[in-house]
Amino acid sequence: MTRISVTVDGTSYQDEVEPRMLLVHYLRERLGKTGTVVGCDTSNCGACTVHLDSKSVKSCTVFAVQADGRDVTTIEGLAHDGELHPMQQAFHENHALQCGFCTPGMIMQSIDLLRENPSPTEHEVREGLEGNLCRCTGYHNIVKAVMSLGEGASV
Amino acid sequence: MTVTEERPASEVGAPRRRKEDQRLITGRTRWTDNMQLPGMLHLAMVRSPFAHATITSVDTSAALSSPGVAAVYSGADLAEEQGALPNAWSIIPDQVAPSHPSIAVDTVAFSGEIVAVIVARSAAEARDAVELVDVEYDELPPVLDSRAAATDDVLAHLDLGTNVSAVWIFDSAEAGTGSDVEQAISTARTGGVLIERELRQQRLIPAFMEPRSIVVDPTGEQLTVWTSTQVPHFVRVFIALVLGIPESKIRVIAPDVGGGFGGKLQFTPEEVLTVIAARHAGKPCKYTETRSESLQAAHHGRDQWQKLTLAATKEGEVTGLKIELVADMGAYLGLVTSAIPILGAFMYNGIYKFPAYHLQCTNVFTNKAWTDAYRGAGRPEATFAIERLMDELAAELGVDPLEIREKNWIKHDEFPYMTVCGLEYDTGNYEAATEQARQAFGYDELRAEQRRRREAGDPVQLGIGVSTFTEMCGLAPSRWLGSQGYVGGGWEHASIRMLPTGKVEVITGTSPHGQGHETAWSQIVADRLGMPFDDIEVLHGDTQIAPRGLDSYGSRSLVVGGMAVLAAADKVIEKARPIAAHLLEANPDDLEFAAGRFGVKGTEAGLGLGEVAFAVFQAHNMPAGTEPSLDSDATFDPETFSFPHGTHLCAVEVDTETGGTKLRNYTCVDDVGNVVNPLIVEGQVHGGLAQGISQALFEEAVYDDAGTLVTGSFVDYLVPSAADLPSFVTSRTETPSSTNPLGVKGVGEAGTIASTPAVVNAVVDALRHLGVDDIVMPCTPHRVWSAIQHSSAGAATPADNPAGDDAGLPSHNAAVSEGSTGESPGEGPEAGGNDSRGGLS
Amino acid sequence: MISAAFDYVTPESMDDALAALSSDAEEIKVLAGGQSLIPVLRLRLAAPTLIVDLARVPGLVGVRDDGDALVIGAMTTHADVASDSMVGEHAGVLSKAAKSVADPQVRHLGTLGGALVHADPAGDLPAPLLALDGELVIAGADGERTVPASDFFEDLFSTSVGEREILKEIRIPKHTSWKGHYEKFTRVAQQWSIVAVAANVRTDGETITEAKIAFTNMGSTALRATAVEAALLGKEATPDAVSSAAARAAEGTNPPSDTNGDAAYRRHLATVLTGRAVLSAVAS
Repeated sequence: MTRISVTVDGTSYQDEVEPRMLLVHYLRERLGKTGTVVGCDTSNCGACTVHLDSKSVKSCTVFAVQADGRDVTTIEGLAHDGELHPMQQAFHENHALQCGFCTPGMIMQSIDLLRENPSPTEHEVREGLEGNLCRCTGYHNIVKAVMSLGEGASV
Repeated sequence: MTVTEERPASEVGAPRRRKEDQRLITGRTRWTDNMQLPGMLHLAMVRSPFAHATITSVDTSAALSSPGVAAVYSGADLAEEQGALPNAWSIIPDQVAPSHPSIAVDTVAFSGEIVAVIVARSAAEARDAVELVDVEYDELPPVLDSRAAATDDVLAHLDLGTNVSAVWIFDSAEAGTGSDVEQAISTARTGGVLIERELRQQRLIPAFMEPRSIVVDPTGEQLTVWTSTQVPHFVRVFIALVLGIPESKIRVIAPDVGGGFGGKLQFTPEEVLTVIAARHAGKPCKYTETRSESLQAAHHGRDQWQKLTLAATKEGEVTGLKIELVADMGAYLGLVTSAIPILGAFMYNGIYKFPAYHLQCTNVFTNKAWTDAYRGAGRPEATFAIERLMDELAAELGVDPLEIREKNWIKHDEFPYMTVCGLEYDTGNYEAATEQARQAFGYDELRAEQRRRREAGDPVQLGIGVSTFTEMCGLAPSRWLGSQGYVGGGWEHASIRMLPTGKVEVITGTSPHGQGHETAWSQIVADRLGMPFDDIEVLHGDTQIAPRGLDSYGSRSLVVGGMAVLAAADKVIEKARPIAAHLLEANPDDLEFAAGRFGVKGTEAGLGLGEVAFAVFQAHNMPAGTEPSLDSDATFDPETFSFPHGTHLCAVEVDTETGGTKLRNYTCVDDVGNVVNPLIVEGQVHGGLAQGISQALFEEAVYDDAGTLVTGSFVDYLVPSAADLPSFVTSRTETPSSTNPLGVKGVGEAGTIASTPAVVNAVVDALRHLGVDDIVMPCTPHRVWSAIQHSSAGAATPADNPAGDDAGLPSHNAAVSEGSTGESPGEGPEAGGNDSRGGLS
Repeated sequence: MISAAFDYVTPESMDDALAALSSDAEEIKVLAGGQSLIPVLRLRLAAPTLIVDLARVPGLVGVRDDGDALVIGAMTTHADVASDSMVGEHAGVLSKAAKSVADPQVRHLGTLGGALVHADPAGDLPAPLLALDGELVIAGADGERTVPASDFFEDLFSTSVGEREILKEIRIPKHTSWKGHYEKFTRVAQQWSIVAVAANVRTDGETITEAKIAFTNMGSTALRATAVEAALLGKEATPDAVSSAAARAAEGTNPPSDTNGDAAYRRHLATVLTGRAVLSAVAS
């Protein structure tokens, strides 16, 4: 067991974890942050995407011990006082989700995408989401949702 | 940026944002794998690495002494208790099927089959113990190719004596729905055109994003089962039947379910084993599959060979179609495995009205994962075949592919139309959808660009693909299902509860997993009962809350389940009417119900439905002999299918130097009848397109010669990302269905069914002038490039020619009769082989 | 999937890290960004008993100017390599290749050093390193040694970094006036390269005066395309001339066959992509 302290969605935690425990399993099983999900074994699907020190990472490809001393934001840390994050709202408005399993990761990556490039072209949005798989939407409305929040987008 | 949505005049047809979204976008979703129960144990499966083998021993002792392990089961341990997994559809009375165990006892028949089960305190400990189970196998030769399997040289199941599960035949002359196809072929051979092809429907994997998960709690009076399924009602029935547990003691819950696409239309070994483990342990048990396990052992889809002969006149009028299918069942029959090709068998005529049709389908076993429903289930295969053939016919005759279709399709004033397959298409307007698509796509401009690129010898060529499709939606009239050998019915159930506070609960037997029933059913009920959209709660997916239902698949939810909802709402109104009349001291016949209110004709007097509901709750003042309840149930059994249709056009750029393809424009006009929620309909089309396009270009489940799945992770099983697809141009025509009161048709599978041939037609069209007339799916760059190399224009050196099926070569070519090219009538597929294409340029 | 259990240490100095590698643990793996290693562990394709995480070893992150070379710390992420202006200016082909690795999330954690030591023949970083004549500084108990990229990649997943050594930094001679391009061919965006070409060229007017070309996934390691390089020298950077030089791309390669294409197809792709890479580089 290894001792870690980590801040998740604004709350700090100290825990003993097995070194092999993935960050996503720590979030889900120890903290009850079940909004972050596991979709694959090979770091392809992106469903587990969270922000680690404000940058998007796949939490199935990080050991919880690697998050020691760092700050994690999950899909559950985006809305404040019942106010949705604009990206959550944009996904809702644009019908950018169906079954919703990829949605937490997709939203977290979309936020990161705009952080790095606040006024992306459609091509840049698509490239920026290349690490997130969705099987329901064909991505059309996801791209639309992200574009709707780009600077200069006509809302 | 909260948008206030005013109540529209009509909820049906409004682009309502979904009620489901709130929990999904905030991460408060209820996935099965989220469940943690006190004392819960975790399962891990030991799976066979061999495709076909005899199990000689299973040593579980080391695993049993591994830390945290509570139990380890081999197949022998559970041989009696596990029963056999069901197949629910016998397409012929003497259909052959092996017994289908949840855990293999003596032999394994595909790689990935479960051979031992670990039950441990944690998922990690269970996984650790998997490594410690020692299974000895004697390998047997596997049969992997379905056409080879049909010869019975190597058997997938030694004790079965054959690989052939069933041979199913439909012949229009015998059925009385048309004429003799051999006659049509013979006529075409001497004076018309024959197009002969053998097309491949590659094996696909549904690849829903949420891996399957099961939690079983045996600790109460009832066995409670949470499972990531499309079919909780099926699961309940089959747990009862397979394990001998009284159905009344079983509660099955499908909480939020992360996609299915047919892949979760199953009763699975993992469900059976988790139930057994939980009952043995007396504690809750959970099993969640890994993605690798999901790709390897959740059922696959498609995997057919289609040998096709299309007969036509020299003028391009189709006169007959003959089909020989070999359909790969994989190792076992799942719930509806054997019927998947048959669900397409009635659709090979597509939107066309030719007179003669014959289909023979041979279902065979191989040593691969078993196949079953995957989005479209039979209909994509049929649509692909006919739409590829129509493009080949157009090319053969040198006419535009849209023109050849128009010559053959059913005109809008010819509906209702009885097809050569014996189905009555109720309505449709193929002309309107096609014209609208043609305009939106810029068909003529793209054809002009295509000509320019061809003339310039541009290394990047442009292809235009056409697909005009229809499908049968709304599975299914129970009588029809019975006539086809299915054990169940096709009805759907709904009930409506009027709560004293004026809220409405709608209970549906459909089981959504992304489709948005909570929103769409609310819209239907809001209109019918005149109640606010937000006051309606839709409940589903729990056999205790929605005890009757047949779940969601086959584009049936709205067309069948939605009608049950509508009928239940009508019953509420009819139950409320005499009570309202009593309270208003009026004659029931003098009441008008509109906008949620019973009004007395010619007066201001009236009562809202909510007020009636409260009065019924009080029951202080009921008419004599009336029960104090407005709650109503309805079960709807469709009389027939519905037939959405559409025209899909796509432009693909093909890089002739690399074989790479790029989808430049995808435009479709779908006619799904009246629309309850256009946002949801569009979303269904987008997602369907992505899956159909992906079959054309990206996805294929590949096994190696030993029967090991090579594409066993998302590294190799290529599901496209946003970067691999374009935005789509979608629109609709609305020709209401006449088979149901809402005039709706179903949309869940449309995009998938239509798009695959549109894309392949486009790729072939881009290279047609080089002598290419088919490319095996998926049209990988390697296959596209190889097809060019083997074509007349490729001028390939032998070293550049990869051999085998993988080179993207069709197995057959057009055998054209002397009527069109002057070749001798005796020349069949062999004569039309690769070598002959050198002379086409 | 869950990895087999292992012990885990986070040394805070290079000496401690090297000491950890000398421990008597049965099998030791060094953890950098983890983006290749963790999936391998999850699939239980490897089961080390000790993992040495370099995250807290100081001095392994960042790009610094060292006169005629850039020095990139082994723990510098792909995202940081890709966005670094010095790398863009002096090692353009590396910058472009780093941008093409996997997907944004992976680039946020995956490191240059980790990818090089992983030495996947389909990985995107070895080829640009070869095309830049990079050098690798390897730390061991006896001090540091420097290995040229051409000697570094030994075989499939195998490099000259010994079991008790750690890749410390990567030295890239400045190719300041050179033009670079990384031409990557995949079926879907996130896929490993089917074939990719790193082109690093210098021109005088329209004439190619120097060319360093390397391949991804054309053999068991990344390879220099020496025949193409020779053929390009002194040629005008026209499509015809470049394409005729690129026709020699397959020489000396030994590409794999898999579901994405057979060896013959890869050899063909190499010629097409080499031409494109060179022309794009010249035009950049």
